[in-house]
Amino acid sequence: MFLGAPLAFLAVGSLIHNETGSVTLENYGALSTPLVATAFRNSIEVSFVTALVGGIFGFGLAAAVILGRLPRILRTALMTFSGVASNFAGIPLALAFTYTLSTQGVLTLILKNAGVDIYGGDFTIFSKFGLELAYLYFQFPLMVLIIAPAIDGLKPEWREAAENMGASGSQYWRRVALPILTPTLLGSMILLFGNSFGAQATAYQLTAGQIPLVPLAIGNQISGDVLHNVGLGYAMAMGMVVIMAISIAAYTWLQRRSERWLR
Amino acid sequence: MSGGPAIGPRAPGAIESVVDVGAEPEPKRRRSFGAPWAWALFLIGAAYFIVPLVATLEVSLRAKPAFAAYTNSFADARFFSSLFYSFVIGLITVVLSIALVVPTAYWVRLRVPRLRPVVEFVTLLPFVIPPVVLVFGLIRSYSRPPLPLTNTDFGSSALLVFAYVALSLPYMYRSVDAGLRAIDIRTLTEAAQSLGSGWVTIVVRVILPNLRVALLSGAFLSLAIVIGEFTIASYLARPAFGPYLQLLGANRAYEPAAVTLISFGLTWLAMIAISMLGRGSRSKISLAGAR
Repeated sequence: MFLGAPLAFLAVGSLIHNETGSVTLENYGALSTPLVATAFRNSIEVSFVTALVGGIFGFGLAAAVILGRLPRILRTALMTFSGVASNFAGIPLALAFTYTLSTQGVLTLILKNAGVDIYGGDFTIFSKFGLELAYLYFQFPLMVLIIAPAIDGLKPEWREAAENMGASGSQYWRRVALPILTPTLLGSMILLFGNSFGAQATAYQLTAGQIPLVPLAIGNQISGDVLHNVGLGYAMAMGMVVIMAISIAAYTWLQRRSERWLR
Repeated sequence: MSGGPAIGPRAPGAIESVVDVGAEPEPKRRRSFGAPWAWALFLIGAAYFIVPLVATLEVSLRAKPAFAAYTNSFADARFFSSLFYSFVIGLITVVLSIALVVPTAYWVRLRVPRLRPVVEFVTLLPFVIPPVVLVFGLIRSYSRPPLPLTNTDFGSSALLVFAYVALSLPYMYRSVDAGLRAIDIRTLTEAAQSLGSGWVTIVVRVILPNLRVALLSGAFLSLAIVIGEFTIASYLARPAFGPYLQLLGANRAYEPAAVTLISFGLTWLAMIAISMLGRGSRSKISLAGAR
């Protein structure tokens, strides 16, 4: 009831004209205006980049502690830390990155003293790139947590079987391990995509709304002082729901495929 | 896998020594110290984790006199009032969410397994609907008759709780479902029935105690999410911890750093509590919320 009612309300609201109150598709037409299109493009780009980079790095990290024969304690530490970091988001995360990498940030000053001025170019933590850096802080720990059981599920027997038939290490990875892991990898990355697509508080605090992202734009449309258009806000929300629904559907499908091997 | 190397060196068989023309460089050395690439990745990851925290710590200690940022934060009445408010809301959320999820999951598992995919999909909906969308739907739906909830403080708080119950659904359902899988509910139910207990008694006195660990891990996670949540609380104009932190970040220099570390510490405590309670179900704590 508390999920269905709002959703139904949004669906209906997105079809109603702001001033006349008549049924219209105009709100969806307005989705193609530059401002809205930019917001969607930014959101998708940031989510895609952080999902890809976070996914690959998280996978590497999980593989490192599980297969890299590091001391066992490092693995426990990484898993616990990932649990914390993947839930460390929103305002505190944005603040932490501001302290680290803004013009007066600690790391910025340290690097400056070492002769590297990261603000020499047009880098700033309040940009899209900075946002991606901050998102990665909760993205790759999440990837570690999701992918670790799958890597654990790679049976040593498979490796042995491959080697018995004369496969080298890289052949094993290319022909056996990666194909088995691919559905899980893709599924996890889709989850990461959705995870950062819905993120709002971090972006709100970090960029102060300078980078148009969909969740921020919806907030502006529905409650903002300028550019106030509730119907458009609803339409954007529906657009968001559609994108998320597609990702979840893809995730479920891939999940089912990967379960075949992970028993 | 029990600590032993998954791909470790093995006794050189005849075939292997023919085929393996020096492809694997000295596996023996890597066994004890770990592979270099693994170390490199781990160190990068560790740095990524730690540097922002150290920076935050450094900033929080810049205030003069030392630790002033912390004492100021603790001296601010709103720090405790907002934390307390979020905590109470979190507790109510957890109780309601347990009351909603446990009977549902139990019933679905016992009587209508056909419906499991449907229920699973419903509990995934909060992932599909971003918080900002959820909160606007809620405000629009419940700010007018017949249910003008947003007109009163109590109504808004109730709405906040309902939104949080929705947010906590995926975590709660997943841990409860995993918990139910681990116990034999059919036998337990039949045993209880043959002793003459009704459904309420079964759920409250038999099923709930058996789910203690699962419930606690779901509860801690929900609590951690609710305490850090910003979007919904802020749009409902509730005096919760998330909006307080945002306000602080906008107005003060060093105190936000201190409070950030405190909230990180709280998350940390919740996670440690979960992993101590529910060993073996680590992956269940993964999906985060309250972005």
